[in-house]
Parts: sequence; C-alpha cells; structure tokens
Amino acid sequence: MIEKFIKIVSSAVPLPIENVDTDQIIPARFLKAVERKGFGDNLFRDWRYRKDGTPNPDFVLNNPKYSGTILVAGKNFGSGSSREHAAWSVYDYGFRVVVSSFFADIFKGNVLNNGLLPIQVTEEFLFEMFDTIEKDPTAAFEVDLEKQAIRNINKSTELQFDINPYKKECLLKGYDDIDYLLSLKNEITAFENSRV
Amino acid sequence: MEPTTLFDKIWDAHVVNKIEGGPSVLYIDRHFIHEVTSPVAFSGLEGRGLPLFRPQNTVATPDHNVPTIEQHLPIREELSRKQVETLTANCERHKIPMYGLSHKWHGIVHIIGPELGITQPGMTIVCGDSHTSTHGAFGAIAFGIGTSEVEMVFASQCILQPKPKKMRINVEGKLAQNVTSKDIALYVISKISTSGGTGHFVEFAGSAIRDLSMEARMTLCNMSIECGARGGMIAPDETTFAYLKGREEAPKGAAWDKKLAEWKKLKTDDDAVFDTEYTFDAVDITPMITYGTNPGMGVGVEGSIPTGDELAGSDKATFLKSLEYMGFHPGEKLKGKKIDYVFIGSCTNGRIEDFRLFADYIKGKKKASWVTAWIVPGSKQVEQQIREEGLVEIMESAGFALRQPGCSACLAMNDDKIPEGKYAVSTSNRNFEGRQGPGARTLLASPLMAAAAAVNGVISDPRD
Ligand code: SF4
Repeated sequence: MIEKFIKIVSSAVPLPIENVDTDQIIPARFLKAVERKGFGDNLFRDWRYRKDGTPNPDFVLNNPKYSGTILVAGKNFGSGSSREHAAWSVYDYGFRVVVSSFFADIFKGNVLNNGLLPIQVTEEFLFEMFDTIEKDPTAAFEVDLEKQAIRNINKSTELQFDINPYKKECLLKGYDDIDYLLSLKNEITAFENSRV
Repeated sequence: MEPTTLFDKIWDAHVVNKIEGGPSVLYIDRHFIHEVTSPVAFSGLEGRGLPLFRPQNTVATPDHNVPTIEQHLPIREELSRKQVETLTANCERHKIPMYGLSHKWHGIVHIIGPELGITQPGMTIVCGDSHTSTHGAFGAIAFGIGTSEVEMVFASQCILQPKPKKMRINVEGKLAQNVTSKDIALYVISKISTSGGTGHFVEFAGSAIRDLSMEARMTLCNMSIECGARGGMIAPDETTFAYLKGREEAPKGAAWDKKLAEWKKLKTDDDAVFDTEYTFDAVDITPMITYGTNPGMGVGVEGSIPTGDELAGSDKATFLKSLEYMGFHPGEKLKGKKIDYVFIGSCTNGRIEDFRLFADYIKGKKKASWVTAWIVPGSKQVEQQIREEGLVEIMESAGFALRQPGCSACLAMNDDKIPEGKYAVSTSNRNFEGRQGPGARTLLASPLMAAAAAVNGVISDPRD
C-alpha cells in the first residue's frame, strides 16, 4: 500500500537546473542501505553539502525562504540510472509532487510507484512557476489529481496534465501494483503452461 | 497479417493481460539481481508474507559494491559487506542460484548472463540496473527496472509496463579500422542527444551493425539507454547463434534445434513501421571521446569542444556549467590534454575483446608514468581468458596490473574512486558529475582510446 494522493496546496521549492540526473539526486555512494528509509538526508547530497560536510548555504534546500511539498525542476529531470533510491530520497525528504517540463522514463515510473506525482508541464508554465516563486517564495500552487490540474494561484493560471488512468487510480486509492499482480496468479500460471 | 517489428513479436508473445487504458502485464523470462537494488525488494516481499514466485527464473551475483583486489578476504567496507551478505542470505532463503565472489562464474551481472548462455533470443529480461539493455544484443527485450518492480517480479514473475514506442537506428556501410562499437554508441548519442530515445525501444540495424561481433553488439546495446531509450536490441543471426552454441545454460541437442528454428523467425518484417527512424553512415564515425557531463557530449578525437555559441538561456547555462565542472573551455581541442587515470572495464567494455584491443595497442609500449590505470575484467571467466591468452604478461611488461572482476570505477561504490578534479579516460558508460567519485572528471571512450591515453598520458588518437 502507498499513501493516498488526492489534493495538495503548497508552496514550492525551485531547482531551475536542466538534466538533473539520478547521480545528482542521490550519489551512488549512498545506495548502500538495505532499507527504504532515510534517503532524504542525502537528497542532492553533493550540491547540498560542502566538502567538509557543512550545509552549502547557496543551495536551495538550505535556503529557509523556500519550503513546501512541491519540487519544481528544469527540463529532463531524473535521467541516468534506474536507482529507485532517487525516488525514495525525493519522497523521504518530504516532496509529494515533482514538476518539470520533461522527465526521464524510468524515473517517472519509479516515482509513481512510490506515491510521488510527476507532473509534466509546458516550458512556458514551468518558467512562469519559477518566476512566481522567485517573486514570492511563499506563493502557493494547487495540485488536484482527480481533475488532473495544477494551478498557479498567484497568477490564476491552470494547466491540465497527463497521467496514465491506471496509475491515477492507484494513487487516488493508495493501491500498488503488487496487489493487482497478485490477483492475476491464475492467469500467469495459465500463461506459463501455454508456452511449454 | 500486418507487418510487425522484432520488438512487437517478442513483446506480444509475453503479454499476459492488458489493463484498459493502462500498462500491460508482461511476463519476464529472466530476472537478474545484485546486491544493491534487491534487499529492499526482498524485505518488501517478506513483509507481505509472500514466497518468491519463480526462483528458478532468477539469477544473482554481487558486483556493484565488491572490491577488485583481494576478493578472497572479507569485504572491509562495512555497508558493502552487509549488502553482499544480505544478498547471499536472501538467495539461500529463496533458493535463487547465485554466483558469489568465490564462484568461478562470478562477474558483472550483464557480463555473466550472456557468457553463461542464460541470455537468449526472444526472451524478456529485467534487472534492477539500467544497463540491462546489454542483453538486447541477442534479440531479447531487456531493460532496467526499479526496486518496486524487482519486488513485482519476485511476487509474480511479471511487471506492469506501458508498451514503448519503436525506433530504428540504422548504421550502414563499413566502419573504419580502429573504430569500435563504443564509438558508434557515443556518435549516435551525440547526434540524437541523451533524451532523443526517450519513450522508445531501439532496434539497431544496417550493414555496419550486422558486421559487429556479439561482444561489440553488447557494448552498443548497453549504451542504448544513454540516449534515453528503454533499451536497444539487434535481431539474432548466425553471429548470435554461433556465440550461444555450447554455453552452459544454452539449450542442447534436440532442444537447441527447436529453439534455433524459433530464433530464426525473430526479425522485423520488411514493411514494418517504426515511430522514429534514423540512418547514419559508418564512414562518418571516428574514435569518439566525451568532454562534458553527459554521454551525449562527445566528439571525434580530432574535433573540438563546441563553442556553444548557438545555445541560449538555460541550455547555454547548462552547457557552461558542465564545462566548468570538467575544467574545459568552449572551442578547445581535446587531443593532447593531460589525463590522470584510465579505467578499462564495466559491463560496457569489460569483455575479452576489449582487453585484446587494449593489449594489442600497449604491446611493447609503456604506460605513462603519471597515469594510474585500473584494468578490471567483467567476470572471472574473462579474467581467466586474459591469463590464458598471455595478455597479463603484455600488460605487466607495459606497467599495468590486472584487478579482479566487478563494477569498480563505473559507479565507484567500492574503493575504486577517481579523486576530485582528476581526469579519467573510462570505457564505462556514464560521465555524470561525481559518477566515478566526488569531483571526478570522466572522459568516456573505447578501450582503444583508453589504451592510447594510458600510454601517452594525454588524450590521443589511436590511429596515429
Ligand atoms: S558496470 Fe556499471 S553499468 Fe554495468 S552493471 Fe555495473 S554499475 Fe551498472
């Protein structure tokens, strides 16, 4: 079971960098845990901390101006490795929505499996979001999964986003894929028998 | 009947069920697992009180974390040791065949699958590692999955997948001497970009591809995901069958004949349509090297770093940030730049042919004194072959030492980390910031380019 996702109204954290790959989201040296928890501490590790381990004040997550459960990132977010740790670290940190104008495939699949909603928006909408946040870091955005809409409240602009209907249903109800696959055991066995 | 692609044929034969408006339930023939992306899936499975549905379709090997020297000793780094021990215990509990560190068939997961004949045409293959695309070289649908999906396969031998779009990349003509399939890969990615293949599954075709050896095909399919694709594949042919015949897990006797007849049908029909198609000319491809922080930022060794003049806004900022990380300037020539490290290995270029190429080049020469070189075979069998063929002596007299198999500096989870700010010519697959260690500067290239760099101590053209 995953956490149900229905509607979120929150301020957002801007990360206007393109092609953020999974090695940036969580460097490989932090993949050594054998549990799913605690990855949020190392989210964006090498940007977030200086070499001596102290927080880098220039990085957005260390700037107290910004907060919220929505991460807004530049184009092609999540490229690179298939490590699901990237999705866990974004979720574990406290984000529930990631907005970008483009997502890498595997990353998108991984976040959806973990109750995190990836919203692909137009470049125009993305830039407007960055602009809104820059002018007012407390600016709120509304994400309504049922309506498949994201709203920039300050600007009164709204955008419909796409999501696979099956994934939408899972997120809304808090189901996961394994519950569904287990219901198909007989079909799977029949499929195996039909091939020999 | 409507003409279909190789991809369609294999995919359609594995669909157990299709969700209306949703993904397909895809049956998985082979599931490879390793120590890093499996533990959470095992604990998830056990947390639900479920058994492993088809342990015999699963194969395990520890590779990502393992040291590449003194493998007979207990792993010193505690977390790595714990991951390997967890994998061993999980495999014992669930009766999964495992090729551990002391096994004669141990190696990187994408090297041992093909080497043992576990990877076969027409199969669906997954692993929690994105370079699972390697196995597509056999005409299989092979792709990397996340840990939640690993758990799905454990629980049901199936995963849920939307069917990707189809792309064909043709490379026609003859490759010049000293141009390898790694160069084809880096060339294609530099042309179509690291997101050019997103949403697609790629079939590589054309005369230059058909001429490639099985190992060279694996290198190419391995890198297919670096253009954003889900995976890459090549239709099986006589080269494929000859490679497979007689391998441990390949079918034998009458079973072989039956399979062979099936495998021969695995090709794209003449009139099949792809969503996207590219054609490249093999003669345009020269030895490639990357200069930036994604695999699409590559040029021919004689070329220069782009000026970036035509870029604007955030594209330009991203380009400049990447060069700054690398310590390079727009428009600079790469040839002649001093390098510090050389890494030969990984599932991209850690097979015997790669070490032959390397040894052939360095024979009778000497490693540059300031270069540190890590020569890491992809598997125990590759290591043994290197010894049997006398390549170790060639390496040693040129000042190189052979290490033991594992992923090593490809992702630097073990001790093989390139120090901050140092330049490494690497035969692996990713040059992301920090991929080979915090602050490491990676230049991706073929084993031949790496050999030339190791001997000259600077970026060099192996054709000179
Ligand atoms: S060598 Fe690199 S890409 Fe290949 S399996 Fe290991 S970590 Fe993954």
